[in-house]
Amino acid sequence: MHRIAVRINGKAYGHEVEPRLLLVHYIREKARLTGTHVGCDTGNCGACTTLLNGQPVKSCLMLAVQANGAELTTIEGLAGNGLHQIQEAFLDKFAVQCGYCTPGMILSAYALLKANPKPEEGEIREAIEGNLCMCTGYQQIVDAIGHAARTMRMSGSR
Amino acid sequence: MIPKRFEYFCPTSLQEAISLLGTYGEEAKLLAGGQSLLSLLKLRVADPKYLIDLGRIAELAYIREPGACDAAARTDGPEGEIAIGALTTYAAIKGSRLLQGRCPLLPQTAAVVGDVQVRNRGTLGGSLAHADPAGDMPAAVLALRAELKAVGPSGERWIRAEEFFLGTFATALRPDEILTEIRVPVLKAEKAVYLKAARRPSDFALVGVAVCLKLGRDQACEEVAIGVTGVTEKPYRATGVEGRLRGRRLEPKAIEDAASAITLGVEVSESIHASQGYRSHLARVYASRALQAAR
Repeated sequence: MHRIAVRINGKAYGHEVEPRLLLVHYIREKARLTGTHVGCDTGNCGACTTLLNGQPVKSCLMLAVQANGAELTTIEGLAGNGLHQIQEAFLDKFAVQCGYCTPGMILSAYALLKANPKPEEGEIREAIEGNLCMCTGYQQIVDAIGHAARTMRMSGSR
Repeated sequence: MIPKRFEYFCPTSLQEAISLLGTYGEEAKLLAGGQSLLSLLKLRVADPKYLIDLGRIAELAYIREPGACDAAARTDGPEGEIAIGALTTYAAIKGSRLLQGRCPLLPQTAAVVGDVQVRNRGTLGGSLAHADPAGDMPAAVLALRAELKAVGPSGERWIRAEEFFLGTFATALRPDEILTEIRVPVLKAEKAVYLKAARRPSDFALVGVAVCLKLGRDQACEEVAIGVTGVTEKPYRATGVEGRLRGRRLEPKAIEDAASAITLGVEVSESIHASQGYRSHLARVYASRALQAAR
């Protein structure tokens, strides 16, 4: 067993874990934050996308021990008082069908908009290339991220 | 899917990693970014007893151009080269101003590996040492005639890219060696291109062709190196094509003729996504297009 300490959404967590424990299972089962989904479990779908020190990664392709000392953000960390503007935009633009890919999509979008507040459509599509929507609602998702970029720029938020 | 149990080490220096590898040898596996290895562990295709995580060795992540008086400059190396630490991520390579300006083939290739999340974790050294027969980076380092530094208990040695890939997931690294650095030349008169055929943008290459081309007088080919991936059991240099191009003017006919030698002497792979015939066709077409683009 290995002792790890991480911060998730600003809160400190520490656990003894088996080295083979995947980060996504750590987040869901030890930290009890179930907004991060297990989709394909093979590193293809991006439903388990989590921000590791601000960068999107697939938490099913990482061991929890590899994240020791890191700062993680999950979908639960985005909303403050009320939903985040990206979440609002996904509602406004009907970018949610079954909802399974949504947390990963929103985290990838969040990382994009932090680095690039005014993305072109092609840049939005590239940012979510690692996130699959099995409902194939991509157009609404791309629209929602563009919409979120505009509302975030107007309100001057990050 | 859960990996089998293993013992885990996370050394913080190269020396410590080498000594662990010396102790656990062939029963150990090195972990870099894990974007290929984690899948293999989960599928239990790989089940090492010991896992040595190189991810905390900060000294292995860098991109720099050693100056002439620099201790890191090699006296026998080509004039002007860039040193890349094995743990440098694809994202860092893609975003490197130094590489974009001095060796753009590498960032161009890194940009088409996997997707955003994979590029944030996956590393150049990991990709090369893993030696996937359809990996993108091997094609680029072959075309660049890169040199790879392996460090083991008895010191370091340099391996030429074309002698590094021995087969599917097999390299010239010895069981007690760690790939620590990749040296690529600064491209001056050369133009370089990587083109990849894949079913979807984030997929592995069905065929990938990297070309590094130097034209001389009269637009004749003075020097050329071509790295090919996805076609057979290992990434390789298309020496047959290179031989047909040297000294010739690169007119469309000459390029077509030369490109037809792209699979000369290799056993072309077959999979559900591409028959031998289709893959050979793709290889010829992509070699031709890459040469046209580099001209």
